[in-house]
Amino acid sequence: MLRFAFGGLAANKVRSFLTMLGVLIGVASVILLLAVGNGSSTAVKNSITSLGTNSLTVSSMGARGAAGSTVKKLTVDDAKALASATDAPSIKSVAPVVTTSAAALYGNISYTPGSIIGTYPAYFETANQKVAKGDYFSNDDVLNSRKVAVIGSTTASQLFDTEDPVGKKITIGGTPFTVLGVLQTKGSTGFNDPDDVVIAPLPTVQNAFTGFGSVNQILVQATSADTTTAAQSDITRILMGTHAISDPSKVDFRISNQTSLLTARESTTKTFTVLLGAVAAISLLVGGIGITNIMLVTVTERTREIGIRKALGAPKGVILGQFLTESTLLSVIGAGLGVAVGIFGSHFSIVGIKPVVIPESVLGAFAIAVAIGLFFGSYPANRAASLRPIEALRHE
Amino acid sequence: MSSQKPPVIQIRRVTKSYGHGDATVHALRGPDDPVTGAPLGVNLDIEQGDFVAVMGSSGSGKSTLMNILGCLDVPTAGRYLLDGIDVGHLDEGQLSLVRNRKIGFIFQSFNLVPRTTALAQVELPLAYAGVRSAERRRRALAALDMVGLTERAGHKPNELSGGQQQRVAVARALVTAPAMLLADEPTGNLDSRSTEEVLSIIDNLNATGRTIVLITHEDEVAHHAKRVIRLVDGAIIHDVRQAPVNGLPPALLELVGVRA
Repeated sequence: MLRFAFGGLAANKVRSFLTMLGVLIGVASVILLLAVGNGSSTAVKNSITSLGTNSLTVSSMGARGAAGSTVKKLTVDDAKALASATDAPSIKSVAPVVTTSAAALYGNISYTPGSIIGTYPAYFETANQKVAKGDYFSNDDVLNSRKVAVIGSTTASQLFDTEDPVGKKITIGGTPFTVLGVLQTKGSTGFNDPDDVVIAPLPTVQNAFTGFGSVNQILVQATSADTTTAAQSDITRILMGTHAISDPSKVDFRISNQTSLLTARESTTKTFTVLLGAVAAISLLVGGIGITNIMLVTVTERTREIGIRKALGAPKGVILGQFLTESTLLSVIGAGLGVAVGIFGSHFSIVGIKPVVIPESVLGAFAIAVAIGLFFGSYPANRAASLRPIEALRHE
Repeated sequence: MSSQKPPVIQIRRVTKSYGHGDATVHALRGPDDPVTGAPLGVNLDIEQGDFVAVMGSSGSGKSTLMNILGCLDVPTAGRYLLDGIDVGHLDEGQLSLVRNRKIGFIFQSFNLVPRTTALAQVELPLAYAGVRSAERRRRALAALDMVGLTERAGHKPNELSGGQQQRVAVARALVTAPAMLLADEPTGNLDSRSTEEVLSIIDNLNATGRTIVLITHEDEVAHHAKRVIRLVDGAIIHDVRQAPVNGLPPALLELVGVRA
């Protein structure tokens, strides 16, 4: 029976190929578009994870945040209070952060990095920043306000091009900094470039730029991703103490958490993936209708052959089986090629997104395509099987 | 002598009409009832081993008769017993079984399955009968040998001449050892040499005891039959026996006569 089906398909190679192409495009687009959706969600997840999933950012509310009450800015003392708290086991490390902006000079090259960050060494771990070359600055550097810095890869390439920046001196706002290390490239998340930074010890930056007042943020690292909620409440309790606030609704600081950002972005990409999948599913459906169309043409064309077979005593089931096999074969071959094309295509990055194939989508698309072949083939096959032999034989 | 075995075909008061009311066309009607004028239907018995030629001009109802005999169509009224089975009560599935086991068809336009080798063509009815592949091949090759086409077993219809195609069709018709061979103008599309070839094969089949019903409008073809039935307007008007049921068909008798 399979041989007959192959023969039937081979009799009209171009037509069979075009029909298969419909299924092929359907299956390939389901796999590919879902892979792109999945890839973009993975990319978002990775970039957010690279910011550190168990890190919490404490920032001060604006001066107009709580009307009537005096807003106390975050200070290094707040950070110290958090770090030294003995009753907050979920807090692993604390790093106060000041940010500013200034032009950096190396030789006669001037470049303004995205931000200049003054902080403690704990920042590197909390913000998931690792050095690719050279070293971090140490607590000792912080205590002695040494004029040292670690720069991001973008900043490095802008200032030094291909030169090795480690050990070189750059001048920022008139202060010379020795470059200790270059950070690993994290890649842009689309909003800003995390590699376009200069990170220096907190007192050095305060001394040179911001002054010894408030800090912009306090970066807190929880012991694990699961304890972020506990850490968040610990931070609230301690800072309410240092800021002398008794009413939790009147706090003058805000704690943001990467996990919430992650879930928000994830649900967006999920919607995106579902939409892409829907478009692909429609093309698969169109491919299925193509099968019905072609099989109807085939049945009409081969009415006489069906009549002969019936006159020779072919039972209804055999005719039905033959045409169903043919349509299923079309869809199976089409789907198989579609899977191949889909997996092959997913090796290329599409609009900047590296597609990640979902194994379930491959199986699912293949199974649906085969089911479509059976379903859309059953109408023409049934029509063929119920032809009356006398009429089928008369057909010219 | 001829009444020892029951007839292969027994048709009783069979009519076939198309359309309704005033527009009714009686393709098969038989003689009219002398009192009411209603069609009485066709009666026909065909003995086992007989070679019957059904003749008539187009529109005489011979194709309708052939379709009913071949279980391709059902009569409007009347009873049809094929090999003792009343086929009027069979459903679609059982009818296809009857066509497969009891009847071998030979058509005017050969009606071979396209893109299929001669061997596979002949195997087809056996495949539908559920015969196993080795046995199928053996019987198909034997049938092809009988029509002298062993060396053409691997050829497809478009690689065969008309006469060869019809001989493949004959092999296909006889491979299941059916109760009856039904030939609808088997030589209508053939040149005279191929006609002779095919008719001599049919003569030989009849000589070995196979029942044959042949529809034709050529007298030379009808000359080969033992019995000639002439249809006009859906009724049998002549029924002439040219040779006894249990003897050789006339064409072979002549051959024997020449030799003697």
